[in-house]
Amino acid sequence: MTDHYDVLVVGAGPAGLAAATAAASHGARVGLIDAQATAGGQVWRHDVEHGDTALARRNVAAALEHPGVTWLAQTRVVGVEAGALLVEDPKNARWLRYRALILATGARELLLPFPGWTLPGVTGAGGLQALVKQGWPLRGRRVVIAGSGPLLLAAAVTARRHGAQVLGIYEQASADNIQRFARSLWRWPGKAAQAVGMRAQLVGAPYRCGSVVRRAFGETHIQSIEVDGPRGLEQIACDHLAVGYGLLPNVELAQLLGCDLQLVGVHPRVSTDAQQRTSVEGIYATGELCGIGGRDSARFEGAIAGHAAVGDDAHVARLQRHRQHARRFAELLDRHFALDPRVHALAEPDTLICRCEDVPLSALDGYTDARSAKLATRCGMGACQGRICGSALAELARFPRNGSRPPLFPARLSTLGSDPSSVR
Amino acid sequence: MSALILIQVNGCDVEVPAGTSVAAAIARLELPFRRSVRGQWRAPLCGMGVCFECRVHIDGVAQQRACMVPVREGMQVSTDD
Ligand code: FES
Repeated sequence: MTDHYDVLVVGAGPAGLAAATAAASHGARVGLIDAQATAGGQVWRHDVEHGDTALARRNVAAALEHPGVTWLAQTRVVGVEAGALLVEDPKNARWLRYRALILATGARELLLPFPGWTLPGVTGAGGLQALVKQGWPLRGRRVVIAGSGPLLLAAAVTARRHGAQVLGIYEQASADNIQRFARSLWRWPGKAAQAVGMRAQLVGAPYRCGSVVRRAFGETHIQSIEVDGPRGLEQIACDHLAVGYGLLPNVELAQLLGCDLQLVGVHPRVSTDAQQRTSVEGIYATGELCGIGGRDSARFEGAIAGHAAVGDDAHVARLQRHRQHARRFAELLDRHFALDPRVHALAEPDTLICRCEDVPLSALDGYTDARSAKLATRCGMGACQGRICGSALAELARFPRNGSRPPLFPARLSTLGSDPSSVR
Repeated sequence: MSALILIQVNGCDVEVPAGTSVAAAIARLELPFRRSVRGQWRAPLCGMGVCFECRVHIDGVAQQRACMVPVREGMQVSTDD
């Protein structure tokens, strides 16, 4: 089965929704796909208990209710060909052909190994938000939020709204850096207001800077953690630890399509020009994929790509100023939330690095590239295909992540048999 | 409040609002998710389809990511034991 679109958008978060809406406003036939069951991405993920914010509802409706947009939920990309993507939904596989492709695959969390991080009850910070919004029970549970970045506050607010007892928020960045960050926020009044609003909702939950969770204890579930902060080591009994060290662009699909990447520190992002064009003709990249900048830059870049993909250069030019302003916020994040070397030294020789294949750190000693480590130890060979351990090892300065090979995610065998020649 | 959906996890009934993920339904029963290759208990880590720690059987199909699948009436889920 093959479907044809003028513009195909991958990812239905703020960037993808804006891209689909912009392209459809010119009369283009737009396909919008996402692996999740509902649109909104991570930021605007539907909250089963509390519903959606007005902003999320408006943006989701603008794209999904547009007659020119075909919404394909629970659809993931498992292969690529020139001008077409092989996708799979819970029932079928098919080829989607496009004239222009807009990538809005967003970001995932940087999850770093420490003793005890494989215990049930330890999740990412954004991970906790995602789980809770889909009904994960937190009422009355003692939750600690830790790691780095503005996402920690958002995760704490979500946890509390769902009845959790938030014991504290432990940010690894120093108090000086956080104060400097807060003082620069006035240039983004929307974000400053958001930050103040979140703090107000978190009255009573301590926010501690310069603090790192060193280990989690428990037998079959987390029972307590040890935090290293300015006041020394502290043990905290808890039912849940949500810890994330910031966000990383999901570049796998762009990489498979041959788009040029660029390293920010040790992690790749997709390079684009001001029109969001990648190095591959007809393929655009937007939002977090081009570097972590948050919701606003995602929305502007999505709209720019949507207009550019159908040739509306005037509209693209008008959005440039907004894009640049929003992007400067990304630089601020990089500067003030840079990771403390302590965070890189948490894993011990027997700490599992590859959670799919249970490979400890010590097994990786002596390897200088991901490929030979994988062949010898199976590290990165499991179901997540190195998305967690590969990024962690790059961050720990062991070796860079390997390129993606098809299929992007484990696919059904019947899908892999689909004949690409049928789309030509 | 949204409609309630009844599913079974390891043979136990659990009723949750529509839109709830299979992962959240399992958590309500306080059940573990899967055993790792070395036999350790694991549960969801990323919540967004990346880590594959939440894999369970859903309606007879193995290796389904529970965090990516919303509950459907009558669904049969089983976790590792
Ligand atoms: S919790 Fe990570 S894939 Fe489901």
